[in-house]
Amino acid sequence: MNEIPLWASESFWKKTAIWVTAGSFLVLVVLTMDSLSKTSAGSKRVPAYSVINKKIDYQYDKDLHKFMPVIGGDEFLFGQKYSEEQALQLVDLGKKTTQAKNCMNCHTLLGNGAYYAPDLTKAWLDKGWISKEMREDMMVKFLMDPEKNARTFGSNRKMPNLKITEQEAKGIIAFLKWMSSIDTNGFPYNFKTINAEE
Amino acid sequence: MSTIGLNGDMPKLGVLFEKPRACLTSFKSWVQLDSNYLSDGQQLAVKYFIVAIILFFAQILFGLLAATQFIYPSFLYEILDFSVNRMIHINAMIVWMLYGFIGCVYWFLEDESGTEIVGLKLGNIAFWVLTGAVTLVVLVYLLVQIGPGKDSSLWFINEGREYIEAPRWADIGIVVVMLIFFYNVVATFSKGKWSGIAGVLTLDLVALAGLYVAGMFYMTNITHEQYWWWWVIHLWVEATWEVLVGVIMAWSLMKLLGVRRKIIQTWLYIEVALMFGSGILGLGHHYFWIGTPEYWLTIGGFFSALEPIPLVAMVVHAVYDSGAHAFKNGNHPALAWIIAQAFGNFFGAGVWGFMHTLPQINMFTHGTQWSASHGHLAFFGAYATINIAFFYLVIQHWRGDVWTGGGIQNAWRWKWALGLLNGGVLGMTIALLIAGYEQSFIERAIEGSTWGGYFTAQNHPSFQNAMVWRLFFGGMTFAGFILLVWDLLTIGKGEKRPAPEIIEIR
Repeated sequence: MNEIPLWASESFWKKTAIWVTAGSFLVLVVLTMDSLSKTSAGSKRVPAYSVINKKIDYQYDKDLHKFMPVIGGDEFLFGQKYSEEQALQLVDLGKKTTQAKNCMNCHTLLGNGAYYAPDLTKAWLDKGWISKEMREDMMVKFLMDPEKNARTFGSNRKMPNLKITEQEAKGIIAFLKWMSSIDTNGFPYNFKTINAEE
Repeated sequence: MSTIGLNGDMPKLGVLFEKPRACLTSFKSWVQLDSNYLSDGQQLAVKYFIVAIILFFAQILFGLLAATQFIYPSFLYEILDFSVNRMIHINAMIVWMLYGFIGCVYWFLEDESGTEIVGLKLGNIAFWVLTGAVTLVVLVYLLVQIGPGKDSSLWFINEGREYIEAPRWADIGIVVVMLIFFYNVVATFSKGKWSGIAGVLTLDLVALAGLYVAGMFYMTNITHEQYWWWWVIHLWVEATWEVLVGVIMAWSLMKLLGVRRKIIQTWLYIEVALMFGSGILGLGHHYFWIGTPEYWLTIGGFFSALEPIPLVAMVVHAVYDSGAHAFKNGNHPALAWIIAQAFGNFFGAGVWGFMHTLPQINMFTHGTQWSASHGHLAFFGAYATINIAFFYLVIQHWRGDVWTGGGIQNAWRWKWALGLLNGGVLGMTIALLIAGYEQSFIERAIEGSTWGGYFTAQNHPSFQNAMVWRLFFGGMTFAGFILLVWDLLTIGKGEKRPAPEIIEIR
């Protein structure tokens, strides 16, 4: 039998390849539009930048069976209340600085990046800052002179001095505070924040 | 010659260049490659291959530096920090593989289209522009490293986005060069003849170049930024690159084993259907934890779990074809590397990817050395291997299609290079996997991913030991690379027997 059945023919697979690719891509485009609208700053999943004026926590939600960001009452950053516009500017400066200083090639952000230094997703909420009263000051000092204020947790790994200015450091902290409020579907799991009672 | 005037005006400069020129001449007479065997397109292709190998060297070198810093954190501290070494390590990899792919396409473009390359001069200019730009970008990475938190830093120093760190000016240059490359491919096929391979290649290049643009924008909203960033990274390496490799593989198997075009092209279409059918929506496995909606857990988990299927099909295809042709082929090292590709792609991209792609597992493996383990075996298995296979095809042709078999003089070199490179990367992969497991347990599951938990895991002996083993196997990979280069420079030298003629089996 020399007849090639349809399912093994070149033209059948050519058409299949085209339809599958076009179909998948179309679905991706539709999902992309939906995802982008559901994650714009100010949405339920990604809060507005002015969330830096609020208390942020991360707690286990018994009904949803996952950890969720919890946004509370006022808790000003650097003792100041930022308007939406000011908050955007400060977070933007911080975000830009994290890119210009190449943070992502040591750290992970939202779990993406390199694995030489800790994840920054919930860095604002980390117990490493000891207490909420000391946190802002410690963070600014650390970012501006990480060598002197090194916290190596016994690893001997030290962040290099990246010549971060005070304003940039404040921007980074605002960016980290805002990032910690993003709903990341429960990642990281079982993270105990600086607010949690021992 | 125009250099005479230059030498007369600046005698010192002439003397300065005399020695390197003499070195180059003696190197050329030692290496005994005859460019008369190459078509114009192939001469352009070998330029790309040479830069690819240099960047491959850079990839391994900076990888070794970064690996050393895991063990001795003070090594090169504040001179070449981990971030710099790691950035060059992964950037050199992306760029050398792209150079290799472009070289492969230019190599077979004339053969496949049956005509001469349309814009050869333009292709040459694009090569020098791209190479100049890459050199400048690397120098800035090394010497300037970082900038203030302003747009100008992102435009001229570093965009700070893993894998696509190149500053914006270079992005624009890359797009221009890719457009020239794309023009050459389309115009040459249009002038000559189209084929199934040509069609798939053209559509794939449209997607490949178009996707790069998705990664060229700055955004304050990190969820949106990472959303588009993954469009580039994932849809490159888990979709369009895989198809590009399928195209290169298809052409190579026809030449190497004499596989019938109809079979090859049917397989290529099956691969495209399976690869894009699973890979495009498989993108969702990067959208589990970056703030994007929950439906991605289902879509990403499901489709990325299907991603190994085309890779299994490729293994079947490679093994079946090799067997059907009783392993009779014109170039043993090339075939060996192609088989390494089929298995490396399946294990590295397929198995290692699948292991941590389901969200229930990824919740604990995300952002750990699991990804590094997967990355090493997948990039090597899927993309380094096919390029190396092609290097062997190229060098054989460059020497006038001489016999390149398992029993040639100094055949130990290609066999040992094959063994050391594959063994080295596999060793690094296993070491990193152990480190990843340990991180998942200690940092993620027990400690809840705090900074304290991160360092508890990093300081653990099983993690520390894994890093030592990784460096050791990195050294093995480096040794394999050196041997590979030595072998490529010498294989077939003095060989008089012609390569066997490969006849298409009907």
